Amino acid sequence: MKLTVGAVVKAGTSKVNKTGNWRSFRPVVNKDLCNGCGICTFFCPDSSIQITEKKSNINYDYCKGCGICAKECPQGAIKMEEERT
Amino acid sequence: MVENMELLAPGHRACPGCGTAIATRLILKATGKDVIVVTSTGCLETFTSPYGQSAWEVPWIHSLFENGAAVASGVKEALKAKGNNHTKVVVISGDGGSFDIGFGAISGMFERGHDITYICYDNEAYMNTGVQRSSSTPYAATTTTTPAGVASYGKLEPKKDMPSIALAHGIQYVATASICYPQDLIRKVKKAISINGPKYIQVHVPCCIGWGFDPSETIEVGRLAVETGLVPIYSIEKGKPMEVRKVSDRKPVEAYLKKQNRFKHLFKGEEYKEVVAQLQKICDDNFEYFGLAK
Repeated sequence: MKLTVGAVVKAGTSKVNKTGNWRSFRPVVNKDLCNGCGICTFFCPDSSIQITEKKSNINYDYCKGCGICAKECPQGAIKMEEERT
Repeated sequence: MVENMELLAPGHRACPGCGTAIATRLILKATGKDVIVVTSTGCLETFTSPYGQSAWEVPWIHSLFENGAAVASGVKEALKAKGNNHTKVVVISGDGGSFDIGFGAISGMFERGHDITYICYDNEAYMNTGVQRSSSTPYAATTTTTPAGVASYGKLEPKKDMPSIALAHGIQYVATASICYPQDLIRKVKKAISINGPKYIQVHVPCCIGWGFDPSETIEVGRLAVETGLVPIYSIEKGKPMEVRKVSDRKPVEAYLKKQNRFKHLFKGEEYKEVVAQLQKICDDNFEYFGLAK
């Protein structure tokens, strides 16, 4: 790849890296327990959690499986499960 | 209400559980899109800019290690020359680029009175290059350049008090924050960018690789740093009394130290009891000086 002078690149182009394949544990949301408080969205280092329809929704394309969301969920609604491919 | 805006794109190369990535996301939620971010060399710069790509959804420039504040000053002047008086200039740099290598440029920016919000994400060592000590590394922590062993218990010197140095410049706003209290951090960044003149915010960000704990514990460890009193959270606006985040559930410093491999050596025998007592004293002094007790 050839860079421009000053190495100017387009915004948000890192999205081509699907970092989800780094994961060895996968966070799984129990939608019955999740109350949509959004604490997990604040603490996700990979911008991979969104609240949609008042429930936590994880984007597995990018989630690296760090487990912060599971640890910090006040409802205990997120569990880490071993990743199986 | 906090914006749902996501201005740090995923696909960046931060380690799983990275505190710095969390800090950056929260900071960008506070600044919004009308901002230009300058980042000195460090973890943040490296993981957000894989070759030919960028994780930033706002205008961003990578300076050298030493001149983040100087480049930001130039950006601000350029905006002024173009008649733009609304775009904010924010520096987000590590403790290496702030406490050590970029220190002179920061002092210059403060002294010139540039309207810049300087945010230091403080992970307490040079993590990107392999955990070398910085002047922000706390007392008795082991790093690759202050290794604990037969001859030493880790870093011999205490952490540099950067917020006080920033304050001594007579700048408008100085604050410390932690990623563990997102609303507090967002509020402080919003406050800072609303004030004209130089501002300094220091955000405590745990680093699971450099400090040695499980990636899922990033927030837990950061919270313990605050609850033990080792990292006081406060803000000072010029001419107003200091605002302090009180600690309601105080913990002994061991609760924080024992979570991390960088302090593990202190508990291998009785040998370093005195060192732990010294760390507890730092916490006690903070409790007294800042009035942290509820």
